Amino acid sequence: MSAPNGVMARTAAAERGRRKGTLWPTVRAIYIIWYRDVLRYWRDRARLVASLAQPLLFLIVFGTGLSSALSGAGGLGGAAGAAAGLTYTQFIFPGIIGMSVLFSAIFASMSIVWDREFGFLKEVLVAPIDRSAVAIGKSLGGATQAMVQGLILLILAPVIGVKLTLGSVVALVPLVFVLAFALSSMGVAIASRMKSMQGFQVVVNFLMMPMFFLSGALFPLNGLPTWMTVLTRLDPATYGMDPLRRVVLGGAGLPSVALDRLGLTLFDTVLPIVAEAAILLGFGIVMLAIAVRNFRVRD
Amino acid sequence: MSDQTAISVHELVKNFGPVEAVRGIDLEVRPGEIFGFLGPNGAGKSTTINILCTLMRATSGSATVAGIDVDHDPAAVRSRIGLVFQDPSLDQQLTARENLEFHAFVYDVPASTRKQRIAEVLEMVELTDRTDSVVMTYSGGMRRRLEIARGMLHTPDVLFLDEPTIGLDPQTRRHIWGYLGELPKRAGVTIFMTTHYMDEAEYCDRIAIIDHGEIQAIGTPDELKKMVGGDVVSITTSDNVAALPQIEAIAGAKPIADNGTLRVEVPDGAGFVPRLVRETTVEVTSVAFRRPSLDDVFLKLTGRAIREEEAGSTDMMRMMGRAWMGRGRR
Repeated sequence: MSAPNGVMARTAAAERGRRKGTLWPTVRAIYIIWYRDVLRYWRDRARLVASLAQPLLFLIVFGTGLSSALSGAGGLGGAAGAAAGLTYTQFIFPGIIGMSVLFSAIFASMSIVWDREFGFLKEVLVAPIDRSAVAIGKSLGGATQAMVQGLILLILAPVIGVKLTLGSVVALVPLVFVLAFALSSMGVAIASRMKSMQGFQVVVNFLMMPMFFLSGALFPLNGLPTWMTVLTRLDPATYGMDPLRRVVLGGAGLPSVALDRLGLTLFDTVLPIVAEAAILLGFGIVMLAIAVRNFRVRD
Repeated sequence: MSDQTAISVHELVKNFGPVEAVRGIDLEVRPGEIFGFLGPNGAGKSTTINILCTLMRATSGSATVAGIDVDHDPAAVRSRIGLVFQDPSLDQQLTARENLEFHAFVYDVPASTRKQRIAEVLEMVELTDRTDSVVMTYSGGMRRRLEIARGMLHTPDVLFLDEPTIGLDPQTRRHIWGYLGELPKRAGVTIFMTTHYMDEAEYCDRIAIIDHGEIQAIGTPDELKKMVGGDVVSITTSDNVAALPQIEAIAGAKPIADNGTLRVEVPDGAGFVPRLVRETTVEVTSVAFRRPSLDDVFLKLTGRAIREEEAGSTDMMRMMGRAWMGRGRR
């Protein structure tokens, strides 16, 4: 009896050794793929600055324009905002942070298609690493860029008249990251199946823009017609926008009664922020799993 | 791993739907050899190389690289091979050093030797002074050299090159070949490469000529040329029509009229020329004879020349594509 036990113990040890042996190269590969994305992002500071133009346009031009129009019509979304003395620009400020994360995450992860077109992807795909590292590294790389692109907008808070507290900023970091990760993973999953740049415009028009408009970045999602309510609740970005708004505006001193009226409801209950983050995280993990599977396919 | 073969391919078949790209290839490449895969575009060269590099799976048949079966353990094969692709695969926004560091990381070059290896391979291709320049600023030839350096960084057993000099000017091509020719001696690596340039195949120790997914012949360049059997003589005369039967009588083979020139294959060119001048009644205006080239071999084996102008236009498109994409890239 002792001999088989010894064999089993040895096999188990070998198995452990092998598992450790396969995991470490994957972690190393994830790191370097992530690092390359961050390095390119950092090097391309012109893009970093240029990508701030769109959020600024939304906040200053769109925000100011609609603020004026809405104040004439009795304030934002009925009583909730007006009662709290919230301008439309302030209302959309968290939404614009979310928008910046949404667009950056998808664009960044879509760089896989660029890599495919310019050949670099081949260097990665023939490397002796597990293909899951490509999906995970790209997803984290995109998430990192998107997170920076979103958080950098916080410097505009004083201009918009939104007060930030240390607590709200600390809470924002993980929330922005979860949103960035979920959307970046979705981008990687899509890009993993895309062979050319042609499909990119389709993704922008039929996925990114609808996701943005339905996410509640620009208007509250309560009291909408049923068809639209359903669509907004199916939009994963929705579960990222709402926590951002509640944390930013809550930190700015918006009373909790007003916050709850703005808060996202699902089946008539206001979702806790943790639940929203969990939904996003789950979505991100599913997308990442799809991306990993797609990358592992060999012709 | 067996010491006898670096690459061994047995009855390899690859179909894309109804298209038979590779139809049962057998070949063996010895360690330290420069092995050339010669054939026109679409002959099955890239498909074969992709299967050997584990980027594609064969429909049937088997192949081992460095003694490892490509289908059973692709990851192990990948760690033992270096690759230089037909199209560039560098990150143009990174420097040479950064590209090589990325490679060292994914190929598990130990941290202790990473720096030294990077310096070594850059020196080998004479890019040391450009180590920290962004690749976008490199010329086409420099990029190729950097890719060769990268392919050698993790000291592979076999270096695969798919059309390594495509789209480069002749001078740069010779320069690249200067490096490649030295590699087996310097680094003990086996080189497996594809090309459709006949002159490049001459650098190889052995060549396989492939057409329509099948190997037509394997051998050293000299062995292959002997298949043509003799010298190729080109003659121009004041009256080709009258000269043709006379030349046929002397050579014992029917000359082919090609663009005002009569071409004929003879066993011994040096002996044939004096006889030609002496025995023809028509005035001979010029005579040239040469050893048969691989072009002649290819012509003999497949009944047609590798169409250079076809290859030329593909190269041109590729170059235009690169120029455009290079500009479009931010």
